[in-house]
Amino acid sequence: MKLIAAMSGGVDSAVAAARAVEAGHEVIGVHLALSSNPQKYRSGARGCCTIEDSHDARRAADVIGIPFYIWDMAEEFHDGVVENFLSEYADGRTPNPCLRCNEKIKFAAVLDRAKGLGFDGVITGHYAQMQETSLGRVMHRAVDPGKDQSYVLAVLNTEQLAGAHFPLGDTVKDNVRIEAKRRGLYVANKPDSHDICFVPSGDNAGWLRDRLGSEVGSIVDEDGKKLGEHKGAYTYTIGQRRGLGITVPAAGGEPRYVLKIEPKTNTVVVGSHEALAVTKIVGDRPIWCGPEPTLNIEHRGFAQVRAHGSPLACTYVQTGTEIKVDLDEPLFGLAAGQGLVIYDGDRVVGSATVARTE
Amino acid sequence: MTIYLDHAATAPINDAAIDALNTQMRKVGNASSVHNPGRAVRKDVEDARHKLSELVGANPSEIIFTGSGTEANNLAIKGFFWQAPKRNLIVTSAFEHHAILDPVQWLVEHEGAEQILIPITKAGVIDLDFLGNIVATRGSDIAVISVMHSNNELGSIQPIAEVVRIAGDIPVHTDAVQSFGKVEFDFAALGVTAATISAHKVGGPLGIAALILQRGLDLTPILHGGGQEREIRSGTLNAPSIVAFAAAAEYAITNMKVNFAKIRELRDYFIAGLKSAVSDVSINSVLDPALPGIVNATFPGTESDALLLLLDTEGISASAGSACSAGVPRPSHVLVALGLSESDADASLRISIGTTNTKAEIDQVLAVMPSVVERARNAFVVSGLD
Repeated sequence: MKLIAAMSGGVDSAVAAARAVEAGHEVIGVHLALSSNPQKYRSGARGCCTIEDSHDARRAADVIGIPFYIWDMAEEFHDGVVENFLSEYADGRTPNPCLRCNEKIKFAAVLDRAKGLGFDGVITGHYAQMQETSLGRVMHRAVDPGKDQSYVLAVLNTEQLAGAHFPLGDTVKDNVRIEAKRRGLYVANKPDSHDICFVPSGDNAGWLRDRLGSEVGSIVDEDGKKLGEHKGAYTYTIGQRRGLGITVPAAGGEPRYVLKIEPKTNTVVVGSHEALAVTKIVGDRPIWCGPEPTLNIEHRGFAQVRAHGSPLACTYVQTGTEIKVDLDEPLFGLAAGQGLVIYDGDRVVGSATVARTE
Repeated sequence: MTIYLDHAATAPINDAAIDALNTQMRKVGNASSVHNPGRAVRKDVEDARHKLSELVGANPSEIIFTGSGTEANNLAIKGFFWQAPKRNLIVTSAFEHHAILDPVQWLVEHEGAEQILIPITKAGVIDLDFLGNIVATRGSDIAVISVMHSNNELGSIQPIAEVVRIAGDIPVHTDAVQSFGKVEFDFAALGVTAATISAHKVGGPLGIAALILQRGLDLTPILHGGGQEREIRSGTLNAPSIVAFAAAAEYAITNMKVNFAKIRELRDYFIAGLKSAVSDVSINSVLDPALPGIVNATFPGTESDALLLLLDTEGISASAGSACSAGVPRPSHVLVALGLSESDADASLRISIGTTNTKAEIDQVLAVMPSVVERARNAFVVSGLD
């Protein structure tokens, strides 16, 4: 096959590209420039958007022996990911920009461009496994539970997944580093990236304040009684306990948590841990990563709501426009906007965006 | 197999230069040393300087060797600016190479300089009336005027003699990196104050260039040290590269007329073929007076990086303007200065033909162009995510 390897400059995508070459594919390396001004998203060794990262990617491509190009996706990334991140927070929701980037950039803009140019698909260093089964081509969790990235890939539909190749899903990260070293890829010891790549400082709240302002609002309890003030409701996350700055103690002295964010009134509602409990989740914008579950009947499976969250046993129903999840045990703290991913064992069934909870 | 069509970026080194390099690299001696081996190397350097000065129409002492054309341009821009503390205005054309525009920009940001860009006419040459007005109204503020001898993306030769006439006593620098060795270039006859030439564009080695600076003039140096090159450019003289530069230049100029005709014929053949292969192509480059081998074309509905990738996979090396080290493709400022929209500028390629190209190669390129353009159009992603 003719494949485009998306190379971030990190060790995973470098080894993924090398493996694809070894498997006999015709591979071209591409680094995505996600900022028109790389200084803006500068993030030392942690991110994937610096000039140094593009040099690392180029060097890896040279060592592997494949052509290498830089594709300017800054505008697409800004419009599709950064703007969305800001508007979601402004609406009091908690988005996951990595999901968004996979859905709108890596396996949309890049994949479409690759196909237009006559390539068959895109290789990335994501940790997930594509398997040909009786159900068709389906996605499974990676063998390394610590690195499994199937959650952030669950926004890909079957057409996108048909063009997606994840050569690292069968390997644990430690062995990928060893393999990188054996292959002479000097990024072998480069640290993993963790933060949101366009918030290099890691200070999510500060980054949002700079862009959305820091208008003072009230922190109230469930009865609406004012307990304190904050500088921008969107800098809080549901379930947050620390940093609330409330001086009025709770009646029973128990800690208080963020329960709700009301962007229109710029109000943060706090309450007890019990009040965070969620057993029913409704997600909209469903996307199926394989065969679509039968409409309007109950299925058993697992729900996951964070990239490295636990799979939670559940019953779910899909209605065509929504996925309704009934958890066996409550989970504490879930915000609208988070990704809801449904698994059948290790197989990714599909995903939706959390719309509301009960 | 590679079909190399990026001669304006760098040209293949010729045998004369390789032989000269090989011979000189086996000799020991610092040209600034007083001993016998040093003197011997000094003689080789000065012979090369002499030869080069004849080829470029200058006196030997007017040649100041530098490590790159970029360095020579920086030396000219900053040097003239710092030599004239009471004049803070720098006038350049809008489509200079970044090796001129960026040092000017740096002086604007750090040293209080003011920059005025001369607009480009539809014919791909500077607007002389505009320059005339600036000189008439602001002449006493101008530290230096710098206009390239020929544009690297359009090929158009600029009216430098006119610039010199308009400038009067104001120093005029010309970046002649693309012209030297390919078209007529005579330093003294043009009457410019300074000019930049570079070896690797004429079949010489990388890492050697020269600023030609009229005798008796001083420039504020950028590098300080041993006081070589009229104390304007310190640093141990790069004898092997200097000798090879002169050899390459001699070879290029001896064969200039023959090569000019040959390359120009290939260029015209290519343009004619391109027009029939891709019906809506438009040619931006200038045919005459121009460098012989530059073809700049817009392929509507494409992006240049896609075209370059596809040509590269076909073994064809072209360019979207100046080679950019950051690697992020940007619409060419040259084409924007010419009046193209950003999207048309971004849909443009520069093909630069050189002495090593053949008609058979051009035929092969023309054969793949329709499919390359079609695939690039398929890949054209219109921004606008939901």
